[in-house]
Amino acid sequence: MIKYSEDHEWIDLNDDTGTVGISPHAIEQLGDIVFVELPDVGINVDKGDAVAVFESVKAASDIYSPASGEIIEVNTALLDDLTAITPEAAMDCWLFKVKVSDASDLDDMMDDAAYKAMIA
Amino acid sequence: MDNRKTALYDFHVAAGARMVPFAGWDMPVQYPAGIKAEHIATRTTCGLFDVSHMAQISLDSVGDDKAADAMLAQLTPTDLGLINEGRVRYSMFLDDNGGVLDDLMIARLDGRLQLVANAGRADHDIAHLKAHLGEHVRMTVHDDLSLIALQGPKAATVLEDLGIKLDVDMANFAFMDIRHATLMGTKVTLTRSGYTGEDGFEISIPNTAVVEITTALAAHNDVHLVGLGARDTLRMEAGLPLWGHELSETINPVEAGLGFALSKRRRDAGDFPGANPILADLNNGPARKLVGLLPEGGRPVRDGTILKHGDEGDETEIGFVSSGGFAPSLDAPAAIGFVSAEYAQSGTHLIADTRGKPTPIIVADLPLVPHQFYRG
Repeated sequence: MIKYSEDHEWIDLNDDTGTVGISPHAIEQLGDIVFVELPDVGINVDKGDAVAVFESVKAASDIYSPASGEIIEVNTALLDDLTAITPEAAMDCWLFKVKVSDASDLDDMMDDAAYKAMIA
Repeated sequence: MDNRKTALYDFHVAAGARMVPFAGWDMPVQYPAGIKAEHIATRTTCGLFDVSHMAQISLDSVGDDKAADAMLAQLTPTDLGLINEGRVRYSMFLDDNGGVLDDLMIARLDGRLQLVANAGRADHDIAHLKAHLGEHVRMTVHDDLSLIALQGPKAATVLEDLGIKLDVDMANFAFMDIRHATLMGTKVTLTRSGYTGEDGFEISIPNTAVVEITTALAAHNDVHLVGLGARDTLRMEAGLPLWGHELSETINPVEAGLGFALSKRRRDAGDFPGANPILADLNNGPARKLVGLLPEGGRPVRDGTILKHGDEGDETEIGFVSSGGFAPSLDAPAAIGFVSAEYAQSGTHLIADTRGKPTPIIVADLPLVPHQFYRG
């Protein structure tokens, strides 16, 4: 099941691997994305750490890890064509995978319905 | 308190604009096309902007036909005698320390002086003018008028396609001219000027007619709606200052590269506010200069970022970024900022003190994109 944070990250947890991206709403709010910085593979992060950066024409936005654990993979293919990062493609544009050390990190996150209600 | 809305507010919402608060107004920051596309459209065809949030002010002389000129001469470094009927000049309100209270446009039409001032400084400027009016000058703030800007290489042909009637040939209507015109049956005032570096016009239109005219302009194939987001990237590429960034009470016009706005007669007389510090900078060269900045590595560098020079671990702070972001025409990050004069040479390598890791950044000449003003 995909869960969402108040900061518009999503995480899809399978076994202990969490795939993380940002929501269609967040991408729409950012506007044209001109630069993305992804975390280094192998670093350990805490839930809430700023681990990636999205820069739009207007502003920089930090992306926070929804869970603690080790970064085991990053989606470098994203960097080849930033114009492909659109609201429509948001759920395919994952940023990094984190080996989640404690699944209860996701307990305070929202399901799809709760997240949609928050941004409505 | 609610933000003010321009007469085009409903038009923007219907066009899918994202509205944001700006200087006390609800304004479109972008339309569905997005900032990059809106910016490129302005450089290649034509962009249409609502700039009605700016203050349109008239000054009339009463009983002494030079009173309004004399009053503005007290507040600015402009030789008002150079502003002939039908002409516009860029000017600024200065304080006694040589700082800039605001920049503005001054035009003369039908013998009266017409000013356009920044939205964010309108209250300040109106109070500043009021304090100096005296008994022979009458000020009118035109809340009944909207202002739209049509900018880009196709702007003139778009107006001709809409059947604009001018008392002068478009070919003889040059940069910084102002004229009465009739557009779609409405009397408008047209200035050949703008804030993008492109040829273009600023059109003052009664609120009662602005929706109809804007709708007709927007329906033209060459016209694209442009919000404040692209307005900012366009003016940054063109090296045009924004008060609060490249101009302020702590930055003088010479440092900002605006010496051209100091009229020769006023320089020789030294009779404008802040003349001593400003003329010292003009004669000896300013301690810091406004330059273009091209960050390396693709990451934008934002305003407020400190600029340094020197080897790692031994850097000296030599300036700051005053406006920064992305330049769609260059398809790269770009910025403008102030650096100590000895580092202002194009090609100088500096370091921007960005969060996390420093960004190498190279000094470039302004404008970053050449101006295309129509000189006739």
